[in-house]
Amino acid sequence: MVREFREKPYMHDLNAAILLAAQLIYTGDADLLEIIGLSIGVSLTAVLASCVIGMLLGAAIAVLKFRGRGAVTILLNSLMGLPPVVVGLGVYLLLSRAGPLGVFGLLYTPTAMIIAQTILVMPIVAALTRQVVEDFYAEYDEQLRSLGVRGRRLVTTLLWDARYSLITVALAGFGRAIAEVGAVMIVGGNIDHLTRVMTTAIALETSKGNLALALALGIILVGVSLLVNGAVASLGRRFGRSRYD
Amino acid sequence: MIKSILPLRAVELGYIANARTLLDGISLTINRGTFTVVLGPNGAGKSLLLRLLHGMLEPSTGTISWANGSSADRRRRQAMVFQRPVHLRRSVEANIVFALGALGIPRKDRSGLVQLALERAGLTAARRVHARLLSVGEQQRLSVARALAAEPDILFLDEPTASLDPVSVHRIETLLIEANARGTAIVLVTHDVSQARRVGQKIVFLHDGRINGQGPAPSFLDNPNSDVARAYLAGKIIV
Repeated sequence: MVREFREKPYMHDLNAAILLAAQLIYTGDADLLEIIGLSIGVSLTAVLASCVIGMLLGAAIAVLKFRGRGAVTILLNSLMGLPPVVVGLGVYLLLSRAGPLGVFGLLYTPTAMIIAQTILVMPIVAALTRQVVEDFYAEYDEQLRSLGVRGRRLVTTLLWDARYSLITVALAGFGRAIAEVGAVMIVGGNIDHLTRVMTTAIALETSKGNLALALALGIILVGVSLLVNGAVASLGRRFGRSRYD
Repeated sequence: MIKSILPLRAVELGYIANARTLLDGISLTINRGTFTVVLGPNGAGKSLLLRLLHGMLEPSTGTISWANGSSADRRRRQAMVFQRPVHLRRSVEANIVFALGALGIPRKDRSGLVQLALERAGLTAARRVHARLLSVGEQQRLSVARALAAEPDILFLDEPTASLDPVSVHRIETLLIEANARGTAIVLVTHDVSQARRVGQKIVFLHDGRINGQGPAPSFLDNPNSDVARAYLAGKIIV
């Protein structure tokens, strides 16, 4: 009896969820599209910002020789595992009315979510970029030194030549951002039509007991992630990644 | 146009790493338009000597001096080809353009120099091909073409033909002889005696970090002035 009671509603939910997901997508539900749009918008912006900062930082650490370089590398690698809720709390304290950046009134806005996700994703991009660029640098070092390539030209050359590996780095960052719930929940507040994204919506619907809707959103979230990765992979093929390495 | 940065004078060069003396008391002069072959067994310090002369490493003792030019001129007017070709992940043409840019050649002069370099190396048809898709022989030819594109006063080569087939070796040697005829001094490191015989004007024989013998190519190779060199040239294994 007990087993039946546990299994049946679950199976029912799964079927209902798939049906609901198909229905939501097919009818182009406005609320759903808004949530998807905000999710992608916030995460893409955060990843873009992370790439600009993180790739330059990672490449600089890879080519510069300075005291404490090992410590910086360890720190960066550890920051890859930053707990989202802790970052959310930190950004919350910074942006709340009483906080140092409170005057800008950014708390519970998409901008706050972008800031939090950038703090989460930037170390991942920087740490992985450092590793990738360091490997390239080991290969190119003598040749580039012989040509007198130094400073900014050295960094941009290495980043450009590592571009296909760095796309994977950016995707890893995007994966972290789009799947993250703790930080955006705290600094965004999951406000309907304003800061509700897919992950916070799933958390909310689950807690309300709307398991079917939560599952439907989950399926769509995974689908979006697959779509983005697939699009990047096919772009890579078009520009001949396989021919270039 | 400044005067040639040559002659290059190395006086009593020494290099010590981890308390081991790898080079000791090396003195030599490289004049304009000469073709010097540095010969010797593995571990003699040939590659290390080349890196010191090219300025990639600082000698522990001794001095290296150039006749003319600022340090920037010296960087621009010398080039080096390594044993393993390393090309950027871009086209054949773009690799040469990049090198010219790095050497500070004005943008307007680059395309003419690139075209000439490709023609000389027989790579014109492959100009748009990705550099890493070339065969190893072609890649090394591109390395030589890239190094010669800016018409350096001196070109250092570290066993550039060590892993190539005879045809590729011949094409690279031809490129070097032609560049030498145009006035570029060549310093070629090799352990291939027959190559030294084919291209060298002057031989410097290195053994155990010291110059063991030197002289004009044909006479030195036929009648070396040291026992170790004689044994090496006779094909004996030196330990």
